[in-house]
Formats: sequence, C-alpha cells, structure tokens
Amino acid sequence: MSEHHQEHHILSIKTAGTVLGLLLALTALTVAVSRIDLGFMNVAVALTLATTKSLLVITYFMHMKYESRFFRIIVFICFLILAVFIGMTFFDVAYRHGG
Amino acid sequence: MENTNAVKSFYEDSGSSRTGIMSWLFTTDHKRIGLMYMYVLLAMFVVGVCLGLAIRLELIAPGKTIMEAQTYNAVFTLHGVIMIFIVVIPSIPAAFGNMILPIQLGAEDVSFPRLNLLSWWLYITGTVMALFSLFTGQGAPDTGWTFYVPFSEFTTTNVSVAVIAVFILGFSSILTGINFITTIHRLRAPGITWTKMPLFAWSLYATGWIQVLATPVLGITVLLIFVERVLGVGLFDPNKGGDPILYQHLFWIYSHPAVYIMILPAMGVVSDIIPVFARKNIFGYKTIAVSSLMIAFAGSLVWAHHMFTSGMSDTAVLIFSLLTFVVAIPSAIKVFNWTATLYKGSITLEPPLLYSLGFIFLFSVGGLTGLILGSAGTDIHVHDTYFVVSHFHYVIFGGTGFGLFAAMHYWLPKMYGRMYNKKVAKIAFAVLFVGFNLLYMPLFVIGLQGMPRRYYDYLPQYQTGHMISTFGSWILALGLIIMFVNLYKGYTKGPKIGRNPWGGSTLEWQTMSPPPLLNFDREPDTSRRPYDFKGVTPDE
Repeated sequence: MSEHHQEHHILSIKTAGTVLGLLLALTALTVAVSRIDLGFMNVAVALTLATTKSLLVITYFMHMKYESRFFRIIVFICFLILAVFIGMTFFDVAYRHGG
Repeated sequence: MENTNAVKSFYEDSGSSRTGIMSWLFTTDHKRIGLMYMYVLLAMFVVGVCLGLAIRLELIAPGKTIMEAQTYNAVFTLHGVIMIFIVVIPSIPAAFGNMILPIQLGAEDVSFPRLNLLSWWLYITGTVMALFSLFTGQGAPDTGWTFYVPFSEFTTTNVSVAVIAVFILGFSSILTGINFITTIHRLRAPGITWTKMPLFAWSLYATGWIQVLATPVLGITVLLIFVERVLGVGLFDPNKGGDPILYQHLFWIYSHPAVYIMILPAMGVVSDIIPVFARKNIFGYKTIAVSSLMIAFAGSLVWAHHMFTSGMSDTAVLIFSLLTFVVAIPSAIKVFNWTATLYKGSITLEPPLLYSLGFIFLFSVGGLTGLILGSAGTDIHVHDTYFVVSHFHYVIFGGTGFGLFAAMHYWLPKMYGRMYNKKVAKIAFAVLFVGFNLLYMPLFVIGLQGMPRRYYDYLPQYQTGHMISTFGSWILALGLIIMFVNLYKGYTKGPKIGRNPWGGSTLEWQTMSPPPLLNFDREPDTSRRPYDFKGVTPDE
C-alpha cells in the first residue's frame, strides 16, 4: 500500500481552523433551527444542515479533496445511492397526510 | 481421473503446514472455503426443512396438532431466519461463487484470501449466535424473520441475540461481495475480457454490488432494534416522535435487494448450464449480462412494494408499484434468452439441465404472481395471505433452491472428481418437482380465498388446501432425501471422471477434477468465448 500513498497531504492550521469554525457555526444553527417549528420543512432543513456538515468533514478532515479522482467518484456514487434511498422514502413521508 | 502424475489435487495439497481438520478451518484456499460454506449451509438447510415440515404438520388440521401457538410462532420465525439469512443468501455466491469464480476467471484464488476466511468465520459466528438465541433468554424469537417493530422492541423473547447474529451474518456477506467484485476487476486472466467472462461471473458481479451497498442498511436497522430494546430511544415509537413505518422502509431497503442477492447467482448458474446441454451459444450474451446489472439497479428501488398496506402515502404506493413493474423487464429478458438458447439446440436432458428447467418454470410462476402483488390494487386483497407465502417460496425455493441443486449436479463432480448416479438424480428431480408443486400450488388458492399467513389456527374451509400442501411437503422431503443420498454416494464412491464430463467450454472444465491447489495444472486456453462449443466434446 505504501508505494501508492507516499504523499500524505497535511491540512494547514488556517484551513482546519476555518472548517472547525464552520462546523461549530452550523452546529449552533442546527440547535437554533430545531427550536423553530417549520412544519414539514423541519426534516428537510435538519438533513440539509447535517449533509453540509458531513460534506465538510469528508472533504477536509477525511482528505477527500486531495484524493485521486477515482476515489472521489466512488465516494460520490456511494453518497448518491444513500441520497436516493433517503430521497425515495420521502415519497412516503412527505405525502403521508392527504397524499 | 486422468494421469496427472505429480500434480496433486487441492485435497492432497492444502498449501500450509497444517494437517487434518485444521488445514480446512484455517485454509485460505477458495475451494476449501466454498466447500465449508456448502457443508454448513446444507446442514442448516436440513434444520430449516425440518422446521418447515413441522409447520406444515401443525397446519394439516385446524386447532392444535403437534405444538402450542407460542411454539408455532417461534418455529416459523426460526424457519425464516435460518432459511433466509443462513441458507439462501450465502447459498450460491458463498459456496459455488467461492469454488468456481476464480477458476472461471483463470485466477489462482480470490483477491483477498484471508478476508475470505474471515467471511467464513463471521458466517459461522453468526450462525452459532442465531442457534444460541433459541436456547437462551426467555424463549426463541417469535417476531417472524422481518423483526417488525413495535412487537420486536417489546417481546420478551430472545430477539436481541438474534438481531446481533443477523448483523454479524451481514458483515460476512459484505466481505464476500467486496472480495468477488475485486477479484473480477483485478484477477481475470489475460484474454478473459469483460465480454468473455462466463455469465455466472457476471451474475456474481451484480450480486456483489448489492451485497456491498445494501447490506450495511440491514446492519444498521437490526442494530437499531437492539438499541431500542436496550435504551428505548423511541426511533420507531410515535409517542416519542418516532415512526414505526420508518423501520419497514429501512428493513426492506436491504431485504428486497436481498431477494436479488438470492436469485441473481441462480440465474447465473442457469445461464451457464443451458448452453452446455443445448450445445449452442447462449442467445443474447450481452443482454443477459446487462440485465443482471439492471436487476441489481432497478431491484434496489422497489422496496416499498412490501408496504402497500402499511399506511404509507398513496403517492409512494403509486411510484413503488410502477417501479416494481419495471424490474420485471430484465427478469423476463433472461427467461426469453434461455428459452431462445434451447430453441433448435441439440438438447441432452442431463440432471443439471433438468434442475435448470425446473428453475425456469418455478421462477416464472413465482415471478408472474409477483406482478399480482406488485400491482397495488390487487395486493390490497392478497397482502399477508398464503398467496404471498406461495409466491416467495416459488421464487426463493423454486428459483434459488433449484438453482442451487442445479449447481450441485453441475459443478460438484468437478470438485470431487466423481460422478453421481444420473438416473437416480432424474428420479429425485421428478419427485421434488411434483412435491414442490403439490406443496405450494394449493397455497395460492387458499391465499386468494383469504387464508392469512402466520396464523396458528384457521377456519375449516381452508383445510383441504392445507392438507394437500402438507402431503406435498412429505413428497418434497422424500425427493430431497433421494437427491442428497444420491449426491453423497456419488461423490464418495461414484465413478471417477475426467476434466470435462459435460463438454463445457468455460475454464473450470480445462483443469483436472478435482483441481489442484492453484487451480490449473497447465496454462488454460483463454482464447475461446465462454459458450463456443466448436471442437469441445464431453469426456467418455
């Protein structure tokens, strides 16, 4: 494995700090939004915030930004499939009352 | 067997310093691992069959026959859990995929042999835990194999151990899937291009992706049941803001694609067998290969057709019903292509072909009755009746089961180097086929008449159907006994065979029987297409 992975990208303190700040801000936003009743949008907003946070973690802290194109495509496909699974359950949840 | 002089078979050369049983339990040889899978899953198959026979015997007459209601609930749960998670899901991929796939690709082993051994050990651990759940705690699980909430959260029976067992079995399946996908990508011999790969390998490739992508969902889902039972978080409890239907979504997101984990490899077996015994190139090689991938893809998007009466939205019912009809297309492509391959072929009705034809007939009955269930309007009437029970037994037993039997008659002579009695094999097939239809066909009728599934007792009007069905179960059991005894006798004492008893043109028929440790005693010829029989004749 080592011959393929000699280069190990090191995140600068500035980037890591910015991402950390963003994550903390988004967490605060998550808590704040949870106190407001947006009806059906409650779930949509919570999922959007959670997705944004996980994207930041995957991109920077898990170094996906610096991986080869192949790995990025594979990870993208996996998340796409997950999004399809979650999205399709919304055909049920979103229309359950009166649909 | 041919004179192979110094080359030893994989039985004589284990490739390690271990001897005896240890050379099997800690082997990294894909053939030995495949055989070990087969031995365990066949043993568990026998257990599952006995439980099934007990269910049928209980149902021969209304009221109590041989067991109490609570025992009955536990027995049908165990029958389902054992048959689905321990027998059918690993059956063809784990046993025959391991034995045959690397040889068909011209490889020496799978990509990750030690991971392969770990898969087997996880499988054994999960199986032992599932059995452990029967005899510990406060009684065997009684939820049915689907572990539906809220009952599974609150029943006092030993559900916690059973779901952890399923979690571990899932890991085994994921690792096998990863291994096969990587092996197919990386270890094909020079000359074995994607379009020269046997269709069995293609089916395992499609199966591998489902195993890798869908099984983690099951792992999380059963883990959530455990969490609910221990911590009572309330994910599925409406009183705490949870949603019980969400459980059904999560469960079926895996468990419907799991049906394709079960059936796709069997379709691969049939696609490999039919051309050999029709002495004809397969009709529509590429469409069969692509339809495997289409089934894997489309089959992953139809899960909620199990939930039409659950209370989910009408919009979801409409969309999932439509998608269900879409998945019928690639399945029908395969059946059409198999039939077209047989057309004007030079057919010899050897046992592997008979079991394959049995597969096509029974799977077609199962598939077409699936459309009645996939259509939301008709499903409302037959949901949770014996119609469903009969449908999935036609698909899973008639499909995967007969596919497994076909594989056992086709490839095991290669693994053991001996041949069974073909006449007895044909008799066994006839008995099995009659018994199978006698067992499950009446269930369609009483299902349409309104007999609900999973009920311990029933109204007298359903007794005739139940009685015929129970009678059929005895004939089926007789057929299984004849088949297994014949195979056992054949593989221990039968006449020795050469390299190619059937006249197959894929690579496994170029090596000696049984194969050597690293699969080939001489360089295989990879220039030939997989179903090109010009100049290939069976050994005499």
